[in-house]
Amino acid sequence: KLTVRGEPSGCDLLFILNFVPFSSGFCWGNSVERKIYIPLNKTAPCVRLLNATHQIGCQSSMNGDTGVIHVVEKAQDLKWVLTDGPHPPYMVLLEGELFTRELMLQLKGSSRISGLAVAISKPSPAQGFSPGLKCPNDGFGVYSNDYGPQYAHCNWTVWNPLGNGLAYEDFSFPIFLLEDANETQVIKQCYQDHNLPQNGSVPEYPLCAMQLFAHMHAVTNTVTCMRRSSLQTAFSLNPEEVCDALSDYNVWSTLKPINASSKINPVDEVIIVATRIDSHSFFWNVAPGAESAVASFVTHLAAAEALHKVPDVQMLPRNIMFTFFQGETFDYIGSSRMVYDMKMDKFPIRLDNIHSFLELSQVALRNSSVLWVHTDPVSRRNESIQPQVETLVEALINSSVGANVTLQEVGQSQPLPPSSFQRFLRAKSIPGVVLADHRTSFQNRYYQSMYDTAENILMKYPEGLSPEETLDYVTDTAKSLAEVATVVARALYQLAGGTGNTSAIQADPRMVSRMLYGFLIKTNNSWFQSIIKQDLKGLLGDELPQHYIAVTSLVNTTQLVQYVLANLTGTVVNFTKEECLNPEKTPNPEKEMYVYTWVQGSRDPNSTSRVPFCVQSTVHLTKAASPAFELKQWGSTEYSTWTESRWKDIRARIFLIASKELEVSWCVSNNRRRC
Amino acid sequence: MTTAVFIGCSFIAFGPVLALCVCTIAAEPLSLVFLITGGFFWLVSLLLSSLVWFIAVQIGGSNNASVKKNFLIFGVVFSVLLQEVFRFAYYKLLKKANKGLMTVSQEETIPISVRQLSYVSGLGFGIMSGIFSLVNILTDSLGLGSAGIYGDSPQYFLSSAFMTLAIVPLHVFWGIVFFDACEKKKWWAPALVILSHLLVSGLTFLNPQYDGSLVPSYIIMMLMGTWAFFTAGGSLRNLKLCLMCRDKDFLLANQHPR
Repeated sequence: KLTVRGEPSGCDLLFILNFVPFSSGFCWGNSVERKIYIPLNKTAPCVRLLNATHQIGCQSSMNGDTGVIHVVEKAQDLKWVLTDGPHPPYMVLLEGELFTRELMLQLKGSSRISGLAVAISKPSPAQGFSPGLKCPNDGFGVYSNDYGPQYAHCNWTVWNPLGNGLAYEDFSFPIFLLEDANETQVIKQCYQDHNLPQNGSVPEYPLCAMQLFAHMHAVTNTVTCMRRSSLQTAFSLNPEEVCDALSDYNVWSTLKPINASSKINPVDEVIIVATRIDSHSFFWNVAPGAESAVASFVTHLAAAEALHKVPDVQMLPRNIMFTFFQGETFDYIGSSRMVYDMKMDKFPIRLDNIHSFLELSQVALRNSSVLWVHTDPVSRRNESIQPQVETLVEALINSSVGANVTLQEVGQSQPLPPSSFQRFLRAKSIPGVVLADHRTSFQNRYYQSMYDTAENILMKYPEGLSPEETLDYVTDTAKSLAEVATVVARALYQLAGGTGNTSAIQADPRMVSRMLYGFLIKTNNSWFQSIIKQDLKGLLGDELPQHYIAVTSLVNTTQLVQYVLANLTGTVVNFTKEECLNPEKTPNPEKEMYVYTWVQGSRDPNSTSRVPFCVQSTVHLTKAASPAFELKQWGSTEYSTWTESRWKDIRARIFLIASKELEVSWCVSNNRRRC
Repeated sequence: MTTAVFIGCSFIAFGPVLALCVCTIAAEPLSLVFLITGGFFWLVSLLLSSLVWFIAVQIGGSNNASVKKNFLIFGVVFSVLLQEVFRFAYYKLLKKANKGLMTVSQEETIPISVRQLSYVSGLGFGIMSGIFSLVNILTDSLGLGSAGIYGDSPQYFLSSAFMTLAIVPLHVFWGIVFFDACEKKKWWAPALVILSHLLVSGLTFLNPQYDGSLVPSYIIMMLMGTWAFFTAGGSLRNLKLCLMCRDKDFLLANQHPR
């Protein structure tokens, strides 16, 4: 006999077989709970990040924050939440268009808000949206009071004028992103059924409420949270760390192989090509970064491929190092670490070996095919640097003849945009340029936001294509980026001392298109599947790829860039699996210069098995963790000190709330704040 | 709906039962043992009937709502029948146990009468049945949400508690009638017990029309209560004497707690 009619489930059986306490742990989502709560699965939270002096992001109470849902679709709706509504606290469901700084500051000051859910706006807001700073990475670049003070703090050029700095504010309530329009509709339906005032009268209980769980463990700043974590690890048997440093790995590869375990000859010269591979947005692990990162590193990869195809490349007088920096969004984590390693002699290449530097900043939104060449005005005053910079620019302009790219120098007195090159300049004056599609402020109207997607770089596919066809379809964006890659490859060949005809050096638009598809739309495609190692099934997913540095080692983006670079610049060698996985077993001086990877290969069209093979490449990984954590200088103003808080439980759900219990329980749980 | 609802519902459902236990069972160790054994028997019957239902659902294996409901009806009927079978089995076990206890103990009278056994076993069945129907609902009543987002009635917790309040005494009454009928070999009485049990369980399928399921259940509980009262040897005279505190046997018995 069953007392009340619930959904029959195996949970009833578990309940009987085990004792109540055990089963209630295993029996998540028992039938009664499913009657009461609707979990929201496709959400992204806003988490707390800390640096040397501040905490940014959002925080919820230990047992989640609850509030009566109110949908704000136009600015007037906010009045109900802030002053008129009789059932505070409210949980606001905000349309993406209204997610602006003014509104957020209004909400921040109110005690009647217990949380916020933002519905992603499709299409992207027409006026642009950037939660980043107006002056990204200010204070960690090269311009300071000692070096080009007129350029410091964006006094000369504001790079990101649309930046509202929301991502760098500290909110005391949780904010979630609703990624699925269906879930947003469910919430709005619940609101319309229960919370709408009928004919001017106050809505009656039961009301539709939402609960957001996103309790963050770290507080104040990095110094405090790292001190607490180190105390825990030193003295506790079961350490409860509260924050982790943002860290990952940089990917680098050289055109001519070098021995990565020893230093290169001091007279050898290396040209460094650099791009960043990460991005950020207001919400955790939402970082599509199409224009700010992906387009740039895809162009870089295409240029590397084009260069490796040149036959006399191993005889070039200078070497070229292709570097992909991780963590540049957070005060140049990757590049500052590499410069530190070079200074401390922990890297095969020293600062003195660097002949010149070429960086690809945001290159996808070129206005009438112009690509701007940015240089550093302060170092150019040096008589030895200036001619080298001019040679660099000349090589670039020569290489653009015949291609649909017009290279133009920006004014000589304009500073460098935020770029990894600035960290190298901090250590030593090196001739270098930064290529970008913007002359003064960014062309990217969605810099470091959730709207910096494939649509932002104008990637359009025709309707009705299968995933395989979409993978191979060459978009206009891909063609444009391939042209930039061609120009870069030709210029690098000349700079490295190559004397042959450069017209044969061409980047492959089809390869660029495949990479753009893989890094912006779906990583689980047949090409990526064929170039990765065998046991890394979890690497490729079906959801949109995100490029956030995170705190775990080797995020998907870093690994994929590593495998793509190995595939594009490496050669297939005829080794067995044993020889490939253990190259030190068969000693050969050649083998120390290379890295061998056993990849799973593509699938035979008729069978389900793959044909794996061994790839010999010069792709290496090097740690991208801020030197501040190596040196334990957690309050450093010299190096990046960004950390991410730890948390236990992040989820969201909606349900009906029956009566004044809401206020009592909210009062009890938020005893510090608002009773 | 938080702590208030949790406490309210648990006391609605288990208050009378708790009082019964404290007043009549707590002082007598033998009754306590038989109470818990009775609960265990009910538990085993539920386990077996759930197994059967679970296997049937896996074999049937359809996601159709009406098919699922049919399986549920089958499960409920089978469970009721199995519970009554186990009640009979418990009766048989208790008879044997009594004989055994008599040979082991020094005294000449049976340590516990069949009437008391029937009451205790019915209470054991009822308590276990009540716990199982309500504990899942009680744990969720502690949370902030109340039922209703999918269209359920907001009185979900309260009506479940009231239903349990009816079921527990019903088990007691059924136990008394059943054992008495088995003693006196009146086989129509257990049949009526089974029928009324089926009826009450069937009424729960009328939920969420709680007036359709709760009111008839309470009426049946009253009727069964009266029947059990008269079966147990009660009469209007006894009742009057008891209420006016003049029943000498009762007063004497109360001075020697065992």
